[in-house]
Amino acid sequence: MKRVTLFLIFVCVLFTLSVSAKTTIVYWQYFYQTKVDTINQLIKEFEKLNPDIEVKQVTFPYENYNQKVAASVPAGIGPDVINLFYGWLPMYVNSGYLQELPKNEFSEKYFKDNFFPFVEESVKFNSKYYSVPTAVRTLALFWNKKLFKQAGLDPEKPPKTLTEAVEMAKILSKYDSKGNLLQAGFTMQPDGQHHHWIREVLVRQFGGTPYSTDNKKVLYDKTGAAGEVLKWYTDRITKDKIGYPGFLNDDVTAFKSQKAAMTIDGSFRIGTLNTVKDLEYGIAELPEHNGIKSNFASFWTHAITTNAQGERLTASIKFLKFITSKQAMELWLKNVGELPANPEIANKYSEDKLYGPFLKGLAYAHATFFADEVGQRNVILEAIDKVRLNNTDPSVAFKEAADKEQKILDDFWAAK
Amino acid sequence: MTLKQKKVVTAYTFLAVPIVFFLFVRFFPMVYSMAMSFTDWNLLKKNINFVGLNNYMKIFSDPVFVTSLFNSLKYILFGAPLVIIISLLMALLLNKIRKIQWLYRLLYVMPYITPMVAVSWVWRWMYQPLPLGVFNNALVALGMDVQPFLSSPSQALFCIVVTTVWVEFGYCVVIFLAGIQTIPEEYLEAARIDGASRWNITMKITVPLLRPITLFLVVTESIQFLRLFTQVYNMSFQGTGGPLDSTKPMALYIYHKAFVNFDMGVASSASFVLFLIIMFITFLQLRVFKDKVSY
Repeated sequence: MKRVTLFLIFVCVLFTLSVSAKTTIVYWQYFYQTKVDTINQLIKEFEKLNPDIEVKQVTFPYENYNQKVAASVPAGIGPDVINLFYGWLPMYVNSGYLQELPKNEFSEKYFKDNFFPFVEESVKFNSKYYSVPTAVRTLALFWNKKLFKQAGLDPEKPPKTLTEAVEMAKILSKYDSKGNLLQAGFTMQPDGQHHHWIREVLVRQFGGTPYSTDNKKVLYDKTGAAGEVLKWYTDRITKDKIGYPGFLNDDVTAFKSQKAAMTIDGSFRIGTLNTVKDLEYGIAELPEHNGIKSNFASFWTHAITTNAQGERLTASIKFLKFITSKQAMELWLKNVGELPANPEIANKYSEDKLYGPFLKGLAYAHATFFADEVGQRNVILEAIDKVRLNNTDPSVAFKEAADKEQKILDDFWAAK
Repeated sequence: MTLKQKKVVTAYTFLAVPIVFFLFVRFFPMVYSMAMSFTDWNLLKKNINFVGLNNYMKIFSDPVFVTSLFNSLKYILFGAPLVIIISLLMALLLNKIRKIQWLYRLLYVMPYITPMVAVSWVWRWMYQPLPLGVFNNALVALGMDVQPFLSSPSQALFCIVVTTVWVEFGYCVVIFLAGIQTIPEEYLEAARIDGASRWNITMKITVPLLRPITLFLVVTESIQFLRLFTQVYNMSFQGTGGPLDSTKPMALYIYHKAFVNFDMGVASSASFVLFLIIMFITFLQLRVFKDKVSY
């Protein structure tokens, strides 16, 4: 009897050992159907290759994802591998929530060989690397071919320069007898993608530099034609009246309902637009100005939190490598519509009708350093509102915005 | 144990449930938040330090907080009297109707039972500029100029007040109506026999006897307008309380500090200020009305 009991205990111990030998790691991202499905597919393949590792994906609604992550920091709970917007990285690196990626796996050479330069710059803090992305995004010009045709414009010829864009937008705008806008030639929605467009594209096209190379100084009000940038932007709203913030609620709705002829948006919008019946649209590179091309790049990126230790850390590193591999990038482009973060893969698609213009933009794109993403966005939005609602002089409003943003950056660097 | 004791014990046991709930879900977090208002607690920082009155100095030197404070006062000053007066008038009129009074009551109370988020979005779309907005289309049809409504810093706050009044109105009408119907018929009959006019009966008997009900509504509605959040969050672009902070009430300021900037210390101190204001206004109203509440 005793022997039987002992044997049973032995079997039980063996069983638990074999079960616990499997390392379980947790991955968090916000809920976006195609992203969730793609990660699930990648997890399946990863577990096949690494039968001793199990990956659990947990998702949260986008609206409170950042809150959820922030709340898990002080509690010391949360995932091993986490998906974050690159603009939140400085905040979470500062809080000590993320751990440095091991240098032997993610060396400087590894980043330089496999990723776009702006990626390498954005994930490095004090010459340490903290995260690695699968995909990146840029902006492009979307135009509605049907509205171009109606206005007597060549539907296959989008504007190449800012001046052309404005001239076309004027032709494409429609008004009622009292001058109220009924169809926008160009969406002017600063809280969509335009605040990025102003900061990283227009400022450079007017000869300026938005920030110092160490990201500590705001320069857009001090370099190039400074005040002209905001004046150019707000003149389109107040003088040319080719569009205004909140026309048909927002830029995406306006373009989807074919009430706006041109808009600036990211590649992630293609999926949404393709579901709209009889919307014929084309995608082109952002218009250039003064012979200067520029673009804004951004990305969601995967990092390892300080929760991952020991075996879970080893497993997390393996998983991170896998979901940022070349195959993963191709899968991501196909399923999600975000661009490969590896230039070699990206170049394969540069002639693609939909993704080509975005991929070309990557070559000259910049990613803004965000100490406080929401705060920095709001200063630009506020400047635009001040000009169009309170008649503040654009150069004054731009200067005020720069001063406010400088304070945000100063506070951030002081806290470090 | 006697039967009486048993009954007492049972009563206290049942009462203990809400008390425990109140202590741990309401009272404890409130006290905790008051304590936290004297610290530099930030969700993303590991240590918490005592900073004295620093947070209070911070918020009172923040122009956005001062704006939101004044906005909250504007909401209560314009919103509460408006809803009380309109609903009292409607209740008095409604009291005259006997036949399908229930139908009116039902219709009026509809907005109140509609989820606030849905109401806010419907109104947001109605306030839209051309070619969408119902109001602007109506103005054009009448040959008048279009209005910016929610996108104007001077009009947006009033647009939100109107929406809120529309929602609260039904509730106030029902309460007032119930109050009117408790007034003893003999008083009115006596007045009529004495030859009092309709106007005099309303002003000298009905309205004064409604004082306790009015007090109740003034207090609850004032608190309602002070705590305004959902409407503004949904009716301003991206929940910012814009344009240019012109609609941002204190509750939204607190929300932004706590859940966008993760600055819990500052958010707690702003909540404490809001708490003090609500308490002060409530006491003031109780004082003003209390002396005159009589039957």
